Amino acid sequence: MNIKESKDFLVSTASLKDVRTFSREVFEKINLPQDQKDELVLAIAEAAQNIVKHAYKDVTETSDRMEIKISLKDNDLEIGFFDKGKAVIPENIQHRKLDDIKPGGLGTFFIKQIMDAAVFKKDQKEWVNHLVLTKKI
Amino acid sequence: MTYKVTEENNISTVFLNGEIDMDVTEKAKEVILPLVESGKEVHLNLKDVSYMDSSGISVLIESHQKALENNTKVIVKEVSKSVLKVIMMAKLEQILNLE
Repeated sequence: MNIKESKDFLVSTASLKDVRTFSREVFEKINLPQDQKDELVLAIAEAAQNIVKHAYKDVTETSDRMEIKISLKDNDLEIGFFDKGKAVIPENIQHRKLDDIKPGGLGTFFIKQIMDAAVFKKDQKEWVNHLVLTKKI
Repeated sequence: MTYKVTEENNISTVFLNGEIDMDVTEKAKEVILPLVESGKEVHLNLKDVSYMDSSGISVLIESHQKALENNTKVIVKEVSKSVLKVIMMAKLEQILNLE
């Protein structure tokens, strides 16, 4: 089954629920175990949260929107995240060490646990950041 | 997210309900942390929490650490399957007091 769906959301923590709803609706169309669908929704929600939390750090309110594209071709799942926040420096992204128990720093770890790859691409002129998550399913 | 707090024998039980994400973590902390800071034993009942992300996990960690600072404890009870999976992904099942 091939799928290509996208939706844009206001950059806001209040949009995270809508991001999950959109993701769940897309994954409903794919024959996958529920556990795996839940993991994928978590990875998408964490990446969207990172946009709000980091690309829009110190921005209390914005009318900017972020776009999420989910595509499945054969067994290759690709999820794209587009935003116009502060440019992400991929080298600076690192999750905290798991044995350093403290709040925060787990979102990126979850994404890496769930997905096969997470890569920032510089191929979109109309956007600042383009993160691509991929997974063979 | 909605919540209910009950008190019995100097134990406060916070029943959380719904999805816990970054949008509601401040609200969750406002409910939980003052109870912990008062020195009470706090039970967090998560049986009706259907989803928790890294922000929710941070609330559990902060509550746990605040309890240690206040010589009390936070016990996380009746964790739903989906939330337990996230706790285990964060390798916190041995750190948090789970019942």
